[in-house]
Amino acid sequence: MQVIFTVNKYMPVNTLKDHKSEQRIVSIRVWLALVFILLLAMVLVSRLFYLQVIKYDELSTRSEENRILVQTVPPVRGLIYDRNGNLLATNRSSKTLSIVRERVDDMDQLLSDIGNLVPLSDNEQTRFKKQVRRRRPFEAVPLKFKLNDEQVALISVNQFRLPGVEVNAELVREYTEGSSFAHSVGYVGRINDRELKKLDPALYSGTYTIGKIGLERFYEKLLLGKPGYQEVEVNVRGRVSRVLKRVDPVPGQDLHLYIDTGLQDAAIKAMDGRRGSVAVLDPKTGGVMAMVSNPAFDPNLFVTGIAYSTFDDLNTDIERPLYNRATLGEYPPASTVKPVVALGLLSSGTVKAEDKIFDKGWFQLPGSEHKFRNWKRGGDGWINLDKAIYRSNDTYFYNFAGKYGIDRMHDFLSEFGYGRKTGIDIYEERSGLLPSTEWKRGAYGQPWYPGETIIAIIGQGYMLATPMQMAEAVTLVANRGKHVQPRLVREDLPDVQRPQWGEDIELKEVDWDAVIKSMENVVSHKRGTAHWRIGRNLPYRMAGKTGTAQVVSIAQGEDYDAEKLKEFQRDHSLFVAFAPIEDPQIALSVIVENDKGAANVAREIMDYYLIPKLKENAEKEGK
Amino acid sequence: MASQDFVRQLDEPYGFSKEPHWSEKFHVDIVLLGFLLILCGAGLFILYSASGQNTSMVIRQALYMVVGVVGMIVIAQIPPRMLMRLSPWIYAGGVALLLGVLFVGIQSKGAQRWIQLPGFRFQPSEIIKLIMPIVAATYLSKRPLPPSLKDIIVVLAIIGIPVVLIAKQPDLGTSLLIGASGLFVLLLAGLRKRIIFSAVALAVPAVWGMWHFIMREYQKQRVLTFLNPESDPWGSGWNIIQSKIAIGSGGLYGKGYLMGTQSQLNFLPESHTDFIIAVLAEEFGLMGCLVLLGLYALIIGRGLMITFQASSLFGRLLAGSITLTFFVYLFVNIGMVSGILPVVGVPLPLVSRGGTSLVTLMAGFGMLMSIHTHKTFLDIRR
Repeated sequence: MQVIFTVNKYMPVNTLKDHKSEQRIVSIRVWLALVFILLLAMVLVSRLFYLQVIKYDELSTRSEENRILVQTVPPVRGLIYDRNGNLLATNRSSKTLSIVRERVDDMDQLLSDIGNLVPLSDNEQTRFKKQVRRRRPFEAVPLKFKLNDEQVALISVNQFRLPGVEVNAELVREYTEGSSFAHSVGYVGRINDRELKKLDPALYSGTYTIGKIGLERFYEKLLLGKPGYQEVEVNVRGRVSRVLKRVDPVPGQDLHLYIDTGLQDAAIKAMDGRRGSVAVLDPKTGGVMAMVSNPAFDPNLFVTGIAYSTFDDLNTDIERPLYNRATLGEYPPASTVKPVVALGLLSSGTVKAEDKIFDKGWFQLPGSEHKFRNWKRGGDGWINLDKAIYRSNDTYFYNFAGKYGIDRMHDFLSEFGYGRKTGIDIYEERSGLLPSTEWKRGAYGQPWYPGETIIAIIGQGYMLATPMQMAEAVTLVANRGKHVQPRLVREDLPDVQRPQWGEDIELKEVDWDAVIKSMENVVSHKRGTAHWRIGRNLPYRMAGKTGTAQVVSIAQGEDYDAEKLKEFQRDHSLFVAFAPIEDPQIALSVIVENDKGAANVAREIMDYYLIPKLKENAEKEGK
Repeated sequence: MASQDFVRQLDEPYGFSKEPHWSEKFHVDIVLLGFLLILCGAGLFILYSASGQNTSMVIRQALYMVVGVVGMIVIAQIPPRMLMRLSPWIYAGGVALLLGVLFVGIQSKGAQRWIQLPGFRFQPSEIIKLIMPIVAATYLSKRPLPPSLKDIIVVLAIIGIPVVLIAKQPDLGTSLLIGASGLFVLLLAGLRKRIIFSAVALAVPAVWGMWHFIMREYQKQRVLTFLNPESDPWGSGWNIIQSKIAIGSGGLYGKGYLMGTQSQLNFLPESHTDFIIAVLAEEFGLMGCLVLLGLYALIIGRGLMITFQASSLFGRLLAGSITLTFFVYLFVNIGMVSGILPVVGVPLPLVSRGGTSLVTLMAGFGMLMSIHTHKTFLDIRR
């Protein structure tokens, strides 16, 4: 600056001649500048022309893509009703907090901000982070479910500093009857990795749950429905400003069951909290009217993701609440097979109904010292088939075991559903075990021993059956061979493959009469095994069969206290029955684990179901 | 002289050269004022849409415009000679303020650009925008032209000091623009062609040096993003991509006023400040842009005319520099919004929201008016 001053002071300025040429220099430069300005202006105009005319199509498309978001509209899951139209599974609106990854700058910061407003468990965060990685672009991933009103308000007040956060109303599955139908209806839960790989992503867009067990799993495809979509205009924060176009989703199909909620409740009440299972069938259709597996659990726990600790408690509980005893539990059917075996003996000509043997309390194979004992030490004296059943005499059956043979017995019993899945419409089912010589060779590589037939013929030894199989077998007896299979859903639905196995069993009417008559005697004859418990003051004709299963093994390697261990070694009591004999309307099997009283449970259930009907009929006739 | 003939011809229809217009007594150039007011009106119209129909923002902007016009008329009263006389002092004052910013300035958004005074705060770099061409024009108008090497070095030093100080704030965009306004004076003063060419040759290593030693990370990022915006579409490339989409989707005639989806749904960032031209382009299309560019062309044309007609060498250099700098703002802004220049944070002159730059620009036009309406002692036109 000093330089400027000193120089300025002594410089001669603005001589006329200098001035003119200097002005000319500047003028020329201004002209040059004008040329540059025009050139650069042309650059700008051609750039605008390029963007707005040449690239118009591409850029206006991208502007539409920006503005318009195609959102899937998840379908409403089909409802599940019992036979009287009571809702068993419904969908309840619930507020869900979800996040769109693309709109979030700092996810960890956002999560901690949200955590300051509403409590976030580690569980929720890990699940969310897992899901964020595999979501589709711009899909909102749920972080927290079932927000209460206060939490919804907190989030919306702070919305401005929570970019990418959405609170959406979502339909959440609800099981209105709680634990009653945990095993039959089952439950939905969060889609896991394994399921995600298998399912069709288009169908599950916007749906976060999938049927895990029970009907929810078996009829998943039908219950799910088909998603629709809507084109919405959104701003940069993903807020929807209006809906441009909408294709409605196809709601999932509703299911109507044979289940009778009242009967189910009566069965649960009759079980009185004891471990065990009840399977009640409608003999006309095979419809499952009640299916109890005790203890049960609340399926609502699983819908939006169960806490690890809760699941762990359920999973390791010694009483195994998660386990569906009715279709997965394999028990020795014990004496409950005797009516079916008797039919086999009769139809094969092994015995005639009036043939008698003398029971001295045990049976010995020729050339063997081993005594196969009757359950009643003293023996029952002279017995025919009728008495053998109502007294549940073992010796009678021991006598004909050798003559009948295991393979004939296997083939005959399998017609009644033993040793094969009943084909009920849930996936959780086991086939039980119906032994044969062939089976033993395959399983043990050993020949069949005659002694094993003797045990098998009274439903012990290798033989195992699920409560549902026992109910199926007694239903076929009630139907006099007319084939039905257990099923929960009433509708005949397309796209659903229910395994069909068996056909009507053709036997002589006299054989049916004989066996059914002896089953009636189990209850009504004063020496019948169930008479003392349930046979008195019976207002309808019931056919039944008792059973006592010896507990062969218990879960090993686990630390149960001695008391519990003792309890778990007691015999199970079993009972199969149907009624009324002249027109069977109900058939059932009951198993009470490590306790007596299966017959009493059956009587309570049947009374609940039949007595109102009897009254109704009586009133009709009275008029 | 061909140039003078042209000037006279252009002059005739406006009737300024023969007898003084009444407005010249108040040192107001009525033509320039008219163009500026039309542009300001258009600016408010666009701002209303760009701000999401924020009336209070538009009113505040209108108030700044009133302040700017008043400031312009006040500055127009100052004769160019006085500016020349004062120039060393205001230059010294400006540099002192810049030093003040470095030591006692206020930080905001990672840069230290402000000085706090009781009641308000301001950016000294805005004042330097005005001072720079005055000082350069003052110095060179007193030297024989074309400038000697020594004079060039002196002018470069005069330019360089504030440029470096502003770059350190850091505010690279402003410092480059201020440097440009000083260099324009040098170029208009007849800087020899071989010096220009050798400067361009030197620019290549200079750019390399700047990249490695002067530019901050965010500045480098801007350049990298400019070169390939799609590389980071959710981060720093977002602005450019979205503004290109906004402009392109406007097409020839636009989507209609207040109907621009890019701007109204907030996809376009900074829509009311630096990227406001994209709002116009989206809602009024290429036609709207051409109308706006036409308005700018009228203002720049008037500025160049004043340059040609300036009675003194100082006036000619100063008017030329102010007009050229105005064009550079316009070019850099539209260039960056349309994606042919990196995003450097230059607002669209007189249209983007913001009071400071508006008042500064208006003050510059005030100087143009002063040059045009004050007859000098030595009128070279006669």
